[in-house]
Parts: sequence; structure tokens; C-alpha cells
Amino acid sequence: MKVKYFAWVRERIGVAEETVEPPADVRTVNDLIGWLSRRGEAYAHAFEKPKVIRAAIDHAHVKPDAVITGAREIAFFPPMTGG
Amino acid sequence: MSVTATIHIQEGDFDVAQEIAALTRGRTDIGAVVTFSGICRGSENGAPIAALMLEHYPGMAEAEIGRHADEALSRWPLQALTIIHRFGRIAPGENIVLVVTASAHRQAAFEAAEFLMDYLKTSAPFWKREESEKGASWVEARDHDDAAAARWTKS
Repeated sequence: MKVKYFAWVRERIGVAEETVEPPADVRTVNDLIGWLSRRGEAYAHAFEKPKVIRAAIDHAHVKPDAVITGAREIAFFPPMTGG
Repeated sequence: MSVTATIHIQEGDFDVAQEIAALTRGRTDIGAVVTFSGICRGSENGAPIAALMLEHYPGMAEAEIGRHADEALSRWPLQALTIIHRFGRIAPGENIVLVVTASAHRQAAFEAAEFLMDYLKTSAPFWKREESEKGASWVEARDHDDAAAARWTKS
């Protein structure tokens, strides 16, 4: 699946998007945050406060317990500040 | 007649008067037009800023604003609706966002515009980065914006 990062999440990780293949036991958005956090210091830094991280699956906001099975694109970003 | 919202996510500026004219031209069923323009301030908490850099999530920005536009159209008797949100570098004094609502009477137009702005602030995937003499920093989300959006979900 494709993973995208925005704003300071993107800056901390150092890439805007990448393709990842997490193992089958990574079922939810929260699981994916945990799995990504173990990929290195940059990821751990980006996800150090999971509660402030927002997520979207296929262009729609989701909660941390949302199941990622079948998702084409998952995005992680800080709270939005548009408008 | 079903109403379709006009939604633009764009880097370039927009002209508020032109957008109103485009919405109302040739129509006699519209009795009220409300516009909200969001404009880049030249200072934040007393400190001058050089510009805002707006990052957005292409694809999701259109989808998310479209969902809220559809909700506004289903909750209020609107005759027309335009939403424009810019991205990229925006200097103080320049436009950032525009919501134009048109209805037969003012109340629906006022309420729908406020509803849309409250949701744009908290749900549209845009992130502001302030550039100043001291460098650049991401704007933090405000709790009162979340509270403003939440009041629309109360029954």
C-alpha cells in the first residue's frame, strides 16, 4: 500500500510518500503507526505522540482503530490548519 | 433542481466580486448571498510574518471539501455554493479561502457559510507554515476551532 505524509510528519520522516508492505498482523491504523515507528529514528520522531497524528484511508478521515485491510492509500498528518 | 457546489483548489488568486457575479448572473431566485474571505494576516501574536506556505493533500482536499459541501446543501436550502481554497505561498493581504453561499433568504446563507468555514478549518487537509525573520514554523491547530466545528454536530 501507498503511504503519504504531510506537513511536519513528512519533514520528520524525510519522504512525502512510499510503498510499504506491513505484515498481516498489522491490522489497524494504530498498528501501522507502531510498525512504522520501529523502522528508524526519523519514524519514531514523527510518531512520538500518536494522539496528535491524524490519518486518512483513501482520502477520507479515519480513527486510529480503523482497519487498513484493502486500503490503497493511507496518509498521516498533524491536525489541519487550513481555512 | 439539484444544486451542485463549485469547488476549486488552486494556487492562483481569485476575485471575490467575480465569483459572486458568476453565482448570481441571470438568476432571480436568489435573495441572499453571503461571502466569507480568509485573508493572510501580516502578523501573528504581534510578530510580523513574511508569508504563509500552505501545503495540501491533492485529491483528499477536493474529496473532503466536496463531502462538506454536500452536507451543507442537504442541511440548508441553498441555491448556489462556491468554495475556493488556495495552496502554495501566500503573502500578507492576499486571499486564502472563499466561501460563497446563495439562498432565497439570509439565514440559510449565513448558517451554511459558517458551517462550511468551521469544517474547512478542522477537516480540510491543509497545513499552514508561517515564514518570518526567525525562520519557518508550522501553525498549530487551535482548540476553539475544534469546538466551533463540534457545535454543528449537536442535535
